[in-house]
Amino acid sequence: MSYNKRFDGRKFTETRPMKAKTGVVKNAVGSAMFQIGKTRAIAAVYGPRELHPKHLQDPSSGRLRCHYNMMAFSGSGDRVRPGPSRRSKEISYVTELALSPVLDLSAFPKTVVDVFIELVQTDAGTRCAGICAASMALADAGLKMKDLVCAVSVGLVGGTPVVDLNYEEEAYEEGAVDIPIAMTPRDGKFSLLQLDGDLSKEDFEKALALAKDACQKIYEVQKNALKERYVEDKK
Amino acid sequence: MGEILVKEKEIVAPGDVLASGMDYIPTDGAFRDGENIVSSLLGLVYIKGRLIKVLPLNGVYIPKKDDVVIGRVSDMTYSSWFVDVGYAYDAVLSLKDASSDYIERGADLTTYFNIDDFIIAKVLKVNKSMAIDLTMKGPGLRKITRGTVITITPQKVPRVVGKMGSMVSLIKENTGCQIVAGQNGRIWINGTVPDMERLAVKAIKFIEQNAHKSGLTEMVKTMLSKEAKK
Repeated sequence: MSYNKRFDGRKFTETRPMKAKTGVVKNAVGSAMFQIGKTRAIAAVYGPRELHPKHLQDPSSGRLRCHYNMMAFSGSGDRVRPGPSRRSKEISYVTELALSPVLDLSAFPKTVVDVFIELVQTDAGTRCAGICAASMALADAGLKMKDLVCAVSVGLVGGTPVVDLNYEEEAYEEGAVDIPIAMTPRDGKFSLLQLDGDLSKEDFEKALALAKDACQKIYEVQKNALKERYVEDKK
Repeated sequence: MGEILVKEKEIVAPGDVLASGMDYIPTDGAFRDGENIVSSLLGLVYIKGRLIKVLPLNGVYIPKKDDVVIGRVSDMTYSSWFVDVGYAYDAVLSLKDASSDYIERGADLTTYFNIDDFIIAKVLKVNKSMAIDLTMKGPGLRKITRGTVITITPQKVPRVVGKMGSMVSLIKENTGCQIVAGQNGRIWINGTVPDMERLAVKAIKFIEQNAHKSGLTEMVKTMLSKEAKK
């Protein structure tokens, strides 16, 4: 049996409803919340600030350091064990790699910009939501960026290419492929591409095309949220 | 043919295309990508002739030569002071820039500036690796011994000062306080009456919150007169 109707009734090319807001963490230099479906990420940016240990300092540029964390109560199943894990370290690292191509920290040598990404509620697609929130928070902190970064997961559920898988789809019995993707929307380049599962070249290309369209929609949401904070109360 | 795609003072996000064609030149906060000029900041667009720039709405303090800043002495050595001015690394105030007095070898430097003292200083030099040198030689540069120091977003200091200092003199006239705005977002307010000092703080916080709006001077005027009646 093929997967011809999605569990939550969405179209195959449709993302879950999105919500975004900036300035959510008062003490941070820049911050943002990004929610897609039930997955909600909050990112806070601190710095540029002093970097220790000293051997990590780069005299030609600032450094980006990301911290990804799923809160203990965030999942719908068991309690998530708090603290760093193999998984959260990997995601922190790929988030750094996904964001660094757009970020220009050359004006702040020997410093670090810390990005803390907290997942308050999760339903698959957390690293993508985290990247979306982090790129908004970096822009909100007044840092120089070539572009925003939009991220979404695409994949195959029971052989059908779909956009933005939720947990139910990711765990589909007859097989699911999950491809988290991050993209810079202006030039359409990918800065993150991971793959869990196996699929044909044709399906892979179909999935990438879906991701590009979805990222454009996410980009609009991010951009509006960034400006809203300043435009809204202008009236 | 070049074409501008945004309005003056419009809010733009990083990656927004500001203009197309080769007729315009990107300056601060913008860059050229092929045919287009693209914003690299979340901020307000300013177009001056052929030049396009974007001024940021938020961020930390980025030191510049000749900035007057308000700092806190965080540490000292036998010949210099380290001053926290709000950047990632402390600025250095060396003995020779601190005073024109003759200072005996081994003299007690805490009589000049001690740890936790607040000072009004000027940025003498910022080198390529962003090491900051300060000086105390100049009009109005001194140690702060009384009053209040508040911190606001450094990018909003120009609005607190206003055109030719119009905004800051408005607050000074209405509150009778002495006010010095450091470019690093720290503002020193010194009033004879505590209530007036509080009112000045309130006015500055009000400006910070509404910095991106137009007609700010009028808004501050009505706010101050309303408060004065209370």
